[in-house]
Amino acid sequence: MIFLNDGGVTFSHWGHFMGTNPVIRTLEIGLVAGFLIHIVQGILLMKKNRDSRPVRYQVVAPAPNSTWYSRSMGLLGTLLLLFLILHTAHFWIPNRANQFATGEELNLYQMMLDIFADPLIVAVYILGCISLAWHLLHGFWSAFQTLGLNHQRYNAIIHFIGTAFAIVVPLLFALMPIAMYFNWVN
Amino acid sequence: MKLTLKIWRQKNNNSKGEFKTYVHDHVSPDMSFLEMLDVLNEGLVKKGEEPVHFDHDCREGICGMCSLYINGRPHGPLQTTTCQLHMRSFKDGETITIEPWRAAAFPVVKDLVVDRSAFDRIQQAGGYVSVNTGGVPDGNAIPIAKKIADEAMDAAACIGCGACVAACKNASAMLFVSAKVSQYALLPQGQPESKERVEKMVAQMDEEGFGACTNTKACEAECPKSIKITNIARMNREYYSSMFTNYEVTVSGGGD
Amino acid sequence: MALDSKIPAGSLAEKWSKHKFNLKLVNPANKRKYDVIVVGTGLAGASAAASLGELGYNVKAFCFQDSPRRAHSIAAQGGINAAKNYQNDGDSVYRLFYDTIKGGDYRAREANVHRLAEVSVNIIDQCVAQGVPFAREYGGTLANRSFGGAQVSRTFYARGQTGQQLLLGAYSALNRQIANGKVTMYNRTEMLDVVVVDGKARGIVTRDLVTGKIESHSAHAVLLCTGGYGNVFFLSTNAKGSNVTAAWRAHKKGAFFANPCFTQIHPTCIPVSGDHQSKLTLMSESLRNDGRVWVPKEAKKGFKAKDAASISESDRDYFLERKYPSFGNLVPRDVASRNAKYVCDEGRGVGATGLAVFLDFADAIKRDGRSVIEAKYGNLFDMYKQITGDDPYTMPMMIYPAVHYTMGGLWVDYNLMTTVPGLYALGECNFSDHGANRLGASALMQGLADGYFVIPYTIGDYLATIGWKDKVDTNHPAFAEAIKSVTDRQEKLLSIKGKKTVDQLHRELGLTMWEYCGMSRSEAGLKKAKQIIQDIKKEFWTNVNVLGSGNELNMELEKANRVADFIELGELMVDDALNRTESCGGHFREESQVDGEALRNDQDFFYVSAWEYTGEGQQQALHKDALEYEFVKPTQRSYK
Repeated sequence: MIFLNDGGVTFSHWGHFMGTNPVIRTLEIGLVAGFLIHIVQGILLMKKNRDSRPVRYQVVAPAPNSTWYSRSMGLLGTLLLLFLILHTAHFWIPNRANQFATGEELNLYQMMLDIFADPLIVAVYILGCISLAWHLLHGFWSAFQTLGLNHQRYNAIIHFIGTAFAIVVPLLFALMPIAMYFNWVN
Repeated sequence: MKLTLKIWRQKNNNSKGEFKTYVHDHVSPDMSFLEMLDVLNEGLVKKGEEPVHFDHDCREGICGMCSLYINGRPHGPLQTTTCQLHMRSFKDGETITIEPWRAAAFPVVKDLVVDRSAFDRIQQAGGYVSVNTGGVPDGNAIPIAKKIADEAMDAAACIGCGACVAACKNASAMLFVSAKVSQYALLPQGQPESKERVEKMVAQMDEEGFGACTNTKACEAECPKSIKITNIARMNREYYSSMFTNYEVTVSGGGD
Repeated sequence: MALDSKIPAGSLAEKWSKHKFNLKLVNPANKRKYDVIVVGTGLAGASAAASLGELGYNVKAFCFQDSPRRAHSIAAQGGINAAKNYQNDGDSVYRLFYDTIKGGDYRAREANVHRLAEVSVNIIDQCVAQGVPFAREYGGTLANRSFGGAQVSRTFYARGQTGQQLLLGAYSALNRQIANGKVTMYNRTEMLDVVVVDGKARGIVTRDLVTGKIESHSAHAVLLCTGGYGNVFFLSTNAKGSNVTAAWRAHKKGAFFANPCFTQIHPTCIPVSGDHQSKLTLMSESLRNDGRVWVPKEAKKGFKAKDAASISESDRDYFLERKYPSFGNLVPRDVASRNAKYVCDEGRGVGATGLAVFLDFADAIKRDGRSVIEAKYGNLFDMYKQITGDDPYTMPMMIYPAVHYTMGGLWVDYNLMTTVPGLYALGECNFSDHGANRLGASALMQGLADGYFVIPYTIGDYLATIGWKDKVDTNHPAFAEAIKSVTDRQEKLLSIKGKKTVDQLHRELGLTMWEYCGMSRSEAGLKKAKQIIQDIKKEFWTNVNVLGSGNELNMELEKANRVADFIELGELMVDDALNRTESCGGHFREESQVDGEALRNDQDFFYVSAWEYTGEGQQQALHKDALEYEFVKPTQRSYK
């Protein structure tokens, strides 16, 4: 919506909707809970998996048998978590805090313009989105595999959607700070 | 060929191991990897040094007894068993690091020998059809679609070598367990016990201390019998469906 | 001691069912009072242990591998015969019986073989019920193929891994009994002696291969399912660990050894590539359906497969097609093997060692196209390429015969009991069903027949006869004595500290056996071999070097223990081959032939040679167990 380049009118409208609609607000709790469960479960999983090989190999050469990002979900997830903390600290927390204190929402659009003027922050956001892309590239189909939702006939479609999703969504996310930094929108 | 071998030596399960370096200059490219070790050992015995212990038996790639983590990969650079790996896959002058399978569930017995009895215990937990000898229907009584029989055979081809566990960064045994679960899940003979089977085998797998699957597909890439991770998805499906839909019975049953 | 084979009276088809009825039964409530030991967990051992556990006996099972699933039955490729007649092509129990008797060159027992053919059909049903994924037709019924030159399609198969799948089936049944607590499994444990008290087998002595602990186990009966002894030749298609130790120790405790010289040599194996060779790999016999066997007419030293195309058609000798125009490349295993040896002896062998012949698919590829050949043999071609580095699509394969199976083994009666009461031998470990030559796809059948469908009946008769109280505790002095003899021998091996490795001596033994007691045997050669083997034995016990100690995992010690027994067995095989001056099946005596073909002598050798151990260094005593054929008339084989 920021790409409509209407000075943030549409964005603020829907931002208001997202920030006040009770259904969305309920879902938001679910989302936060989902993240927390995913994080805790991920950490427990890493612990279990590390314990499963107490003595490590001296030489490992996994490149021919698996992709680096599938082996690095923990690392990518940690990067994402750091990014997420930064991101919520920029927008979500101040906004909700203000809503809570005054009942008023902040002008998020203006905040974006301000924050994304800093090239360092933009770079961090882009890196975050790249982490997200790799994380999803493995995570999407992997979720289907783990749940056993898998069929020879549909596997190709799942992989296609997963790959498309992993590219398109992070790309759009990344375009926001980029667009603002380069003043493609204002 | 001349090779430098860095081999893990460990006297027994209680002692600390270390790498030892051997220079091996009697290597022919036609030797299998295990024959290369045989020749090394013969030389060691002649020098009065204790030979390197490693597991092996059939030496034709089917018994699953040979192991070895060679230069960072289970069974070495090819997708085959170590006994079928030949020295022509290596370069003259190369340094080769040989380690045992590493996993909490596969403790080292000596040198490169590990204890894989965890696999037996998983099978004992439910990897069978409960039929006694005799009193079974005619072999053709239950037709089985060729595709299904073939798919079951693909899964059943597992040789239980443990390369999947060795390859997996999580030391997970999912490929092994799912191969067995799949074989029975596909065949009509496995149906009556399919729900209990998957639950018991997965529970035993967890108890043995194997890691969890994070779908890196390393197991599939290294499996000498090309077992597919489709089996893992099938096992997951069986597992969840069993959790949610196990038989609605009020008594726990008096079976064995 | 007169041998009583306990063959039941009556017509052939009724013998087994009548016998089953006449056997005593153990009361179901009393079965749990009996202990049975099963040594070896291949097809025979795993199926027997599982079936006896199901019946309620307390079973202890032992294997030297790290898991019962690794027994060498797993390596059988081709398939398993059964007289199902699913293909409507005229098969029957009688035809399978007849083919097996004839294939064994009339040196197997009629009654045993007929029983084998009868129960063959139950085996398939049993395995299907266990979830063995046999090959199937599109309609869902079981698929069959014709195998080893059989006229009917009676072979069931699971890709090229039939042995694996059948073993995993038996292993799963065994696992179920282990989980039930009816079978106690001892992995990485090797049997080193049988304990005999009052003339009956009462238990065994074992070594825990990981800790080195020597232990004794007592039971009402002991079943040896320990496979064949092909590794006496050092190089064979057997697994490295396959050994004769259990059978040989039983032999020394009174079990007669039957037909030890009957060895099957398989014609299509990958040739030896150098001194480092540790085992030989079998290529399926089916390759001879399309491959043509040849060597150059003129001897060419070190001739390579990649140069084969340079030899014109007229300079090639397709020796099997030339000598056997009607069977050509499909002559039986022993004939194909022997003729390959002859051309190599003439110096016309190919490859670096000169001990190989070509198996050429060029004509088949030209005729049917590469894709057809690939579909039929793709996996075999890949395996060949992996091992040798040569591509059989562009150049001929090189093959040479290798020891594959041993028809001889412990002598057993119709109940599978050896000459020691309470001691049984099942599967390849016994001698009974294959005569002088085994047919393709029959080994799996016999192992499972013995384990699933014979021993559960016959053991009950013995156990019911002796009663559950008739058991000897491991505190009995006989156990202590056996432990002492095992320990002493181990100490002796570890204390020699000589100059030669175990493998060196084993290789010397193997070369001697291969040269003089292999595909072709003569009196002069055998006598020479006997001398050499005695020398090897002397050298072994004075000059072998076994490092390490007895109380740890010590694979050199394991090997030494086994090779010591192989040496003694080798001498007995030579004795047996010397005695049998006829040619039959896999045993070819150069003195007994017409026009270069084997000549059997039913007049003088229509018997099973059963050898009795008479003491250290003594000539063993020969007992002749006469074969009585009531139903089949022996004829001379001809493949011209």
